[in-house]
Amino acid sequence: MSALPISAAKISVRNLDFFYGDNQALKDIRLDIPERQITAFIGPSGCGKTTLLRVFNRMYSLYPGQRASGDVLLDNENILSTQMDLNRLRARVGMVFQAPTPFPMSIYDNIAFGVRRHEPLRRTQMDERVEQSLRQAALWDEVKDNLKGSGLGLSGGQQQRLCIARAVAVKPEVILLDEPTSALDPIATLKIEELVNELRDQFTIVIVTHNMQQAARVSDYTAFMYLGEMVEFGHTNQLFTNPGKKQTEDYITGRFG
Amino acid sequence: MISLYQRRRFWNIFNLSMATLATLFGLFWLVWILWTTLSYGFSALHPALFTENTPPPGVDSGGLKNAFVGSLILIGLAVFIGAPLGILAGTWLGEFAVQRRLGFVVRFFNDILLSAPSIVIGLFVYAIIVHPLGQFSAISGAIALALIMIPVVVRTTDEMLQLVPATLREAAIALGVPYWRLITQITWRAAGAGILTGVLLATARISGETAPLLFTALNNQFYSTSLDRPIANLPVVIFQFAMSPYQNWQAMGWAGALIATLAVLTLSVVSRLIIKGIIKRGA
Repeated sequence: MSALPISAAKISVRNLDFFYGDNQALKDIRLDIPERQITAFIGPSGCGKTTLLRVFNRMYSLYPGQRASGDVLLDNENILSTQMDLNRLRARVGMVFQAPTPFPMSIYDNIAFGVRRHEPLRRTQMDERVEQSLRQAALWDEVKDNLKGSGLGLSGGQQQRLCIARAVAVKPEVILLDEPTSALDPIATLKIEELVNELRDQFTIVIVTHNMQQAARVSDYTAFMYLGEMVEFGHTNQLFTNPGKKQTEDYITGRFG
Repeated sequence: MISLYQRRRFWNIFNLSMATLATLFGLFWLVWILWTTLSYGFSALHPALFTENTPPPGVDSGGLKNAFVGSLILIGLAVFIGAPLGILAGTWLGEFAVQRRLGFVVRFFNDILLSAPSIVIGLFVYAIIVHPLGQFSAISGAIALALIMIPVVVRTTDEMLQLVPATLREAAIALGVPYWRLITQITWRAAGAGILTGVLLATARISGETAPLLFTALNNQFYSTSLDRPIANLPVVIFQFAMSPYQNWQAMGWAGALIATLAVLTLSVVSRLIIKGIIKRGA
C-alpha cells in the first residue's frame, strides 16, 4: 500500500507505530504526504487518524505514556529524533483544532503571540503580518476595525478563521487541520473549506475529517484508515470513485463507520 | 386515591417550603449579627477613632489608629509573602503535577493545612520564630497570617488552572511557544479572575483572624510600625476591649468590629467588580 508515485513528499512516514501506554493505536503506518497538496485522513472514530496527525507536530510529547516508534521525515529530517527542537518543529508544522481556541487576548495579540516567539518584528512589520494573516484567513474585512477587541467576542466560525490566521502568521510549511469544521454550522464550514482551498498553493495541508463529502470536496489525496492501519491511500478522485479495497468501499458507501 | 401528579405537587411544595425555611433560618442569624454590629458600631463611630491611639484605662478619649495601621501592615505583609508563594505552588500543582503521585501528596497536605485550626498556626510560629527571637513581633504575625493564606491560594490556583481547557494549552504549544510562556501569557490569563478571587478571599479571611496573632504580633498600646516589635491590630484590640469593664473601650470595640466588617464587605464587592470587568474584557 501507499505505493503512490509522488514526486515531492513533504512528510514521509515509515513503519510508524504509536502507543497510548500499552495500547497500540497505529500499526506500521507508511505514507508519503505530497508537498503543497491537500491530504485528507478519513476513517471511523478511533481509527487513529487524529493520532497520526498529532505525530506530525509531536503534540503527543506533552503527555507521558504516549510514544511513537519508526521514522517520520519532514524534508528528510526525522522529527521523532530526540534531538528535534520541538518549538522549531511546531513553527514549521502548524495546527488548527476541532473546537476554536482563541487565546484570552485581543484579536491582534492572538496573531502576534506566536509570531513574537519566532521573529523579532518591528511594530510596523508586525502590523503588516497581522493584516496579511487575517487576509489569508478571509477574516480581515470583518475584524479590521476591531483589532483591539477580544478574540473571545467573535462568532464560532470567525474564531476558527482566527485560529487559521494565527497558524498561518508563523509562516509554517505544513498546516494540520484536526476536524476544523466539526463545531461549525454549514455556512461557516463552507467558508473554511474555501479558505483551505486557497491556502493549498502555499502550504502542505493535512486535514482529518469525519465528513466524507468534505474530504471529497477539498482534498487532492485521501487516506482511509481503519483500526490503526492505513488501508488505502490515493488520489481523492480515484479513492472515492474506484476504491481498491473492499473496506474502503464499504466505508465510503456508508455500510459501516 | 391520590394521583401521581398530586403526589408530585405535594412533595414539590413540601420540599420547596423546607428549603425556603432553611434559607430564612440561616439569613435570620446573619441579619441579626449584622444588625447588632451596625447598631452598636454606628453609635460608637467618631472621627477620633482614626486619629487617636488606643487609650490607657480610665481615659475617656482615644481611638483605634494604631490598630488600623497595624492591621494594614500585617495584612499587607501577609499578602506580599503569601500570594506569590501560593500562586507559584498552585501553578506547579495545576500545570506540572496534575496526574503525578507527588502532586497528590502535596495536594493532600495542603488540604490538611487548609483546615488546620488557626491557633495551631499561631503556636507553630510562636515556637519557631517568637520564642527563639525572645520577643513578639509584627513580622511573626504576618508570617502566621501568610501561613493561613497560602493553602487557600494554592488550592484556588490549582483548581482554576485545571479548569483551563487542555485544548487552549495545546493551541499555544502548537505555535511553538515554550511552556513557561504558555503559563505566564495564556493559562494565568485565562485563570486570572479565579486566581485573583482566591487571593482576595484569603485576604478577607486573614483580616479577621485573632488566634494566630495572640502568640505572634501580640498587641501594642502605642503607635508602632517597626516589624521587630509587637504591633497593635484590630482583631486583638477588639477582643481585649470587648472583654474590658470600661464602657468606652467596649464601644470602641464595637466600632472596630463594624469597620472590620465593612472593610471585608468592600473588599469582596470590589473584587467582584474587578473580576466582572476582567471577564467582560475577555482577558
